[in-house]
Amino acid sequence: MKKTILNPQTIHSIYMHDADIKRHAPTLVPGTSLDKAVKGTYFIIADIPHGLHKVQLIRLGISIGDKIICLQRLPGGTIIIQKNRQEIAIGYHLAREIKIQYI
Amino acid sequence: MAKSDIIEHKEKHRHIEPENPLGLDSPRAKVVLAGNPNVGKSLIFNYLSGVYVDVSNFPGTTVAITKGSYKEYDVYDTPGIYGVSSFNDEEKVAAEIILEADIIINVVNSLYLERDLFLTLQLIEMGKKVSVILNFADELKKRNIKINAKRLSDILGVEVINTSAVSKAGFEQLDYAIENARMGKQNEDLHKVLHNFLNRVGSQAEALLVAEGDEYISRKHGVEPGSADDREYIYIDRRNRVNEIVSFVEVEDTSKGRFFNLFGRLAVNPITGIPILLVLLSVIFFLIGDVVSQRIVNFTENTIGKRYFEYYTKLLVAEYASTDITVNLLDDKENVEESKTFRIPDGFSTAVEMKNDFRKISRLPNAETEYHFHNPFVRLFFGEFGVITMTITYLLFLLLPLVISFYIAMAMLEDSGYLPRLATMLDRTLNRIGLNGRAVIPILLGFGCVTMATITTRLLTTDKEKSIANAILQFTIPCSAQLAVISVLLSGAGFKPLFIYVAVIFTVMISISTFMNKVLKGAATPLLIDLPIMRMPKLDNLFKKTFFRTYGFMKEAYVWFFVGALLIGVLEITGLLFVFQDLLAPVTTAWLKLPKEAANAFVMGMVRRDFGAAGLFAIELTTMQITVAIITITLFVPCIASFMVMLKERGIKEGLIVWFSAWILAFFVGGLTAQIII
Repeated sequence: MKKTILNPQTIHSIYMHDADIKRHAPTLVPGTSLDKAVKGTYFIIADIPHGLHKVQLIRLGISIGDKIICLQRLPGGTIIIQKNRQEIAIGYHLAREIKIQYI
Repeated sequence: MAKSDIIEHKEKHRHIEPENPLGLDSPRAKVVLAGNPNVGKSLIFNYLSGVYVDVSNFPGTTVAITKGSYKEYDVYDTPGIYGVSSFNDEEKVAAEIILEADIIINVVNSLYLERDLFLTLQLIEMGKKVSVILNFADELKKRNIKINAKRLSDILGVEVINTSAVSKAGFEQLDYAIENARMGKQNEDLHKVLHNFLNRVGSQAEALLVAEGDEYISRKHGVEPGSADDREYIYIDRRNRVNEIVSFVEVEDTSKGRFFNLFGRLAVNPITGIPILLVLLSVIFFLIGDVVSQRIVNFTENTIGKRYFEYYTKLLVAEYASTDITVNLLDDKENVEESKTFRIPDGFSTAVEMKNDFRKISRLPNAETEYHFHNPFVRLFFGEFGVITMTITYLLFLLLPLVISFYIAMAMLEDSGYLPRLATMLDRTLNRIGLNGRAVIPILLGFGCVTMATITTRLLTTDKEKSIANAILQFTIPCSAQLAVISVLLSGAGFKPLFIYVAVIFTVMISISTFMNKVLKGAATPLLIDLPIMRMPKLDNLFKKTFFRTYGFMKEAYVWFFVGALLIGVLEITGLLFVFQDLLAPVTTAWLKLPKEAANAFVMGMVRRDFGAAGLFAIELTTMQITVAIITITLFVPCIASFMVMLKERGIKEGLIVWFSAWILAFFVGGLTAQIII
């Protein structure tokens, strides 16, 4: 891993409010992965693999701890999820990597 | 880092901004429109600058920066981005201009506040002067959602105004937004961190991007980018603050918030989506293939074009030019019943009686007139392939109505929000050929214009995906102009040729992409696409878009048509055309089983594909020969414009490989089909 410019310790204490730390703490035991989400059910995002897709998902408004509904599961495994009014389609290979937990 | 390098951070300090007190060649302030994809930036840009840019209801319409001018400002439209960074070409382009901006007008889709404010906060953290436009106010009202703009403005520390770009409501406040753009409230802790290396990268904006691990910007300044962890910390913090802000400012009055858009849902599921796609395609094919290409074009081409325009132009020329004119009277089965030849060595001006006679007989409904001008130059401009006569008829009376109808159909698909759903539905299918669903957008746009579509391959992530999509476009997708000519050639020929044509082209497409998927390294990137709301396309945008695209098409096409016609004309007069025909004869006649003259179509096809297909009109062909000819011409080399764009987008090596393989592929597949069906 690259050398970190920002001191993670500081950043962490600056950025993470207590509530957030709870949200991001590994107390959420990943239940299953997003590709197996059942249509019409709500779930919480438990883990997103690090990397480009995580960053893109965060920007689209999807991050760990978010409550999401699975709108559709298409044959082949493409998943359509909805958060608030935003609908997002996620390909099978990415969905498989995202861990979720049912509420 | 030496201690003196660190700029000490004080409350309410002022940043030193580059000044130009003497106003020497005072640069105009740069106003940059920035926002997520599909939020209405381009509509606002149109309004401000009067420059038309394409507007659609799918992410990725704007792939390049457009510059316009508004009052004392230079205004820039940028590709839609979810955040400033350099993950792909589109983002790099947008990031560069955002970094240079003096004022940023951040356009936000009010419906997706949570998604869009992420970029807003990032822009504010960059230390830029920002104003926020809450667009889609009308859609909010429809859904009974309220956003407290005043409160949002207080939290962000910048101006927030409501607009509805489609109906232009609230646009009068844009002036105010530009004039009052200012730095917003920043996260102080982050601001402090950024200050620590402000002096190394020049601006706070760039400092932020470096901290977020932007390799491109870091390399520019020769500094080490922040790690992936840094980025995640910053991103997650920003995300949390966005969520908090949204919960403060947004109120949903009813439970109808989960707007269930039935059509949108049905369109993504293959079980219902494939029938919907087929119905849509049949309606489009019926409208264009039958209504437009049979009825309307029949009128414009034969009546306006041939019967009036060409007739009177040639008659006028024949007034002075030496020519023989043959008038054939045809019977019901198009056989020559009676033939009369007028020989006028000095033109009609010296043979008034003969002219009256000619006009009487040539105006009969079943008359067909052939001019044989003696002067080669007159023939060049007014003869069978006349630069003036043929080009104008093809362009204005054949292509124009067809291209307009294709563009209207494309515009409707784009503006409805259907395309991203189609991308989702076809995702798994496209995975098999090394693409993800997103690739359906450039491919479908290719049916409008391959050149334009080649540019949109930028929205794909990896080089492999871009190469495959580019190959599919250049080899197999006929553009609207070419399709137009093809549908005229096929109309009335029945179902069989259409079926053969579609089947062959489709097979080639699958084979090429499967082959490339095997040969090129890497896997398809997984699909991640946001689905915009489904909405009825707005008529004014539809017409505006069609008008500007058609205008753009004609403006670009007419030159090449004249050039092509001139080329063919000169080749014909000098006899080189026959040399070329003879040269290709073994291929054309024996292998493709077409008449020798079909080679003309290939010469023309190198200039413009549609022009090549149009060249087939002049030749008498059987239905099966037409099928072979259009298969060959579809697979044949891309037009000059796409070829140039391909070289630019994909590099000279790949461009040349595609171009030369098109020769081989077109003749191989065309010939193979000919051997089977003729």
